[in-house]
Amino acid sequence: MDMNQYLDIFVEESREHLQQLNASILELEKNNHDKAVLNEIFRVAHTLKGMAGTMGYTKMQTLTHDMEDVLEELRNDRIFADSNMVDVLFKCLDALETYVNNVTATGQEGEETFQEIIDSLANILKKTGKSEKNQEKAAEAKNAIDPGAHQGNSKLRVELDQYDINVLKKALDSKMNTFEIHVALDKGCLLKAARAFIIFQIFENNSDVIKSVPKVEDIEDEKFDFEFTVIVITKQPKEFFQKEINSVSEVADVVVNEITYEHLGEAPSASNTEGAAAEHNGADQSAHNHNAKDNQNGKKLQKSGKTVRVDIERLDVLMNLVSELIIVKNSLEDSSHSKESKINDSIEYLERITTSISDAVMKVRMVPVETVFNRFPRMIRDIARELDKGIELHMSGVETELDRTVIDEIGDPLIHILRNSADHGIESKEERIRAGKPDTGNIYLRAYQDGNNVVIEVEDDGHGIDIEKTRAKIIEKGLESADIVKTFSDKEIIEFLFKASFSTAEKVTDISGRGVGLDVVKTKIEALGGTVEVETAMGKGSRFIIRIPLTLAIIQALLVKIGDEKYAIPLSSIQEIDNVKPADIRLVRNQEVILLRNIVIPVVRLDKIMGVPGVLQDSEKKVLTAVIVKKGDKYSAFVVDSLIGQQEIVIKSLGKVLAGVKYIAGATILGDGNVALIVDVNSLAL
Amino acid sequence: MEVKKASAKNMRQYVVFRVESQEFGADIHKISIIEKMMNISRVPSTPAYIKGVVNLRGEIIPIMSLRLKFGLPEIDADDDTRMIIFKFNDVALGAIVDGVAEVVNLSDDDIENISAISNDRNYDYIMGIGKAEGRLITLLNIEKLINELVTKE
Repeated sequence: MDMNQYLDIFVEESREHLQQLNASILELEKNNHDKAVLNEIFRVAHTLKGMAGTMGYTKMQTLTHDMEDVLEELRNDRIFADSNMVDVLFKCLDALETYVNNVTATGQEGEETFQEIIDSLANILKKTGKSEKNQEKAAEAKNAIDPGAHQGNSKLRVELDQYDINVLKKALDSKMNTFEIHVALDKGCLLKAARAFIIFQIFENNSDVIKSVPKVEDIEDEKFDFEFTVIVITKQPKEFFQKEINSVSEVADVVVNEITYEHLGEAPSASNTEGAAAEHNGADQSAHNHNAKDNQNGKKLQKSGKTVRVDIERLDVLMNLVSELIIVKNSLEDSSHSKESKINDSIEYLERITTSISDAVMKVRMVPVETVFNRFPRMIRDIARELDKGIELHMSGVETELDRTVIDEIGDPLIHILRNSADHGIESKEERIRAGKPDTGNIYLRAYQDGNNVVIEVEDDGHGIDIEKTRAKIIEKGLESADIVKTFSDKEIIEFLFKASFSTAEKVTDISGRGVGLDVVKTKIEALGGTVEVETAMGKGSRFIIRIPLTLAIIQALLVKIGDEKYAIPLSSIQEIDNVKPADIRLVRNQEVILLRNIVIPVVRLDKIMGVPGVLQDSEKKVLTAVIVKKGDKYSAFVVDSLIGQQEIVIKSLGKVLAGVKYIAGATILGDGNVALIVDVNSLAL
Repeated sequence: MEVKKASAKNMRQYVVFRVESQEFGADIHKISIIEKMMNISRVPSTPAYIKGVVNLRGEIIPIMSLRLKFGLPEIDADDDTRMIIFKFNDVALGAIVDGVAEVVNLSDDDIENISAISNDRNYDYIMGIGKAEGRLITLLNIEKLINELVTKE
């Protein structure tokens, strides 16, 4: 049974279900009597069970099955969801996530059985008086198989799962003998594996081995004490095995237990579960015994492809535009043949269509931020419990959309900022009450569109950033001398927070305090072409504002000429363009500056920085063209030779070899086929 | 005349190209395409032997001059000058060579390992010397060449 083709689908759908489960369990915690939520959780667990069963992931199946049992009790009001129960459910969720992660990486669910969680679930059930191992009638109409180690009669040493039970039942139905044979070797036996091998020969030659505890592989590796138990189907009578095995030297004891229908918990029947079970057991029946082999064959899943869920309507729009494109192309062909040149009209139309297509494709790549935000409530809840603070997360604007690549990158920075708010921002309950605030702190996570950007805000009503403490820390760390630091404005002090290895936390907690967070946040966001700002008020709280441009690949740019080379400056960074007389350039502290409407702006000589050959000296020019760029609220004047014009350009990566080149953010292909480099304003602006 | 035994040990194909008067070879599997010289756009802040980038049907590819890399003076491009575009492990890199000759088949037997000769770092790029029809072909370790450029960043 080659399941690999279904792995991608399984992983993707599982993740969706787990997300749903996450949201539902959180809901449950808030209203633990909400039947709708309970049913939702039950439904999801059930679906996951089915999926796991189809793929042959028995451990996942067991876990979800046990979850179902507990949820069933909840549904029927036999137990109530208190905070401990919710914790257990969350642990189950984590365990399931681990399984899915294992599947994503290796194609197998992994070895962990999460026994403690299963025990916790069992304990919950015990409290309701429901028998722990309830043998559910396997005659379900659904595709799921119930594995959960169910056993009616505990006379057997070995636990049987449904596969085993079915196989044994079939055997009994066909009038074969089914035995559980327990073999104990002499304590002084030296070559245990060799003895076991001889005994297994006896089994193999006279019966079919259905199950072995410990596993065959372990026995071969001598990973057992002195005993092992085997379940076999055979035509031979009980005595045969007793005699044969006892005749092997160094065997201390042999116990042959006949397995009857009672052991299997059901009356002899040709139940139609066989059909359902057989459908999925298929070739797995005998493979069950050779679990070891399966694990070895576990093919390594290639990195499972990233996918995007796309609204069909958007694809329709795209299709239409593409067909329009073809029509225009045809009309252009016609035009070029006919004397009457309607080319200009066609070209204009072409331009409109290509712009629309690029917009449509952009939209296809857009994903609502919800996908990133939805794991935050759980995270905040966990942190709140861990720190014993009252914290509530309010999210808004979750339907705001961002490009898929941005979504992937924005998660980590946001997590860090949120953790900061929870750890440093929100005060402890006592502190808050003393400050006259409600004992539960609030963190607001907002996303909205603003012009060409998407803005994400993280605001808390904690005690804000302690500017003076930060000032002291800067001096203490020797990052700047005390005199200079005293002159820094609040804003400048805050900027220090974003520098590497800076942290004002007294101790390093698991959550924050290592001082490597905010600078990484800033770097990541800037790598996305965005900016991050902080507003804060002592005693009132702080607000982190992240701005990210909507479109990443296509931008408006100003094409300029420096020497013989063409460069592109992103329009979004440009404040204005000025003509500057060479004489107006002054020198302040060895830095060239100009005065623009009473603001001192540093001059950046792009020709020198880019090493462009053959650029004229100032003395040879009457006037210089300066492009005033804005970075945050600082300005710089980039000196270029001449302007070419404004153009929409497609950003092309420079590739891995040149990825780290300074001052260059990428490249673009011009209409004439030549390459123009895109200036990295952030690295050049002073 | 030597009779060469047809040895099937690891027959590999190498593209033979010329820099100045010396012949070099590179594993054909690492080569994406060979193009005539194109307009190269300069990229600042790069080593001298990185001439810049070209636009190859929509893809931006960095180009290096093997002459400069090997310490030879640059010459004007002529009709024989070619750009060999290497693609390997998601990394693309083009190299300007003075001419491309042919493809030869070399087996392990035909290749001499020269690690014994020198510890000079420059020899790191050489996988060995291949012998074909009486000529000596210096086989370049393209992987090393490319990796070195990538990890520098």
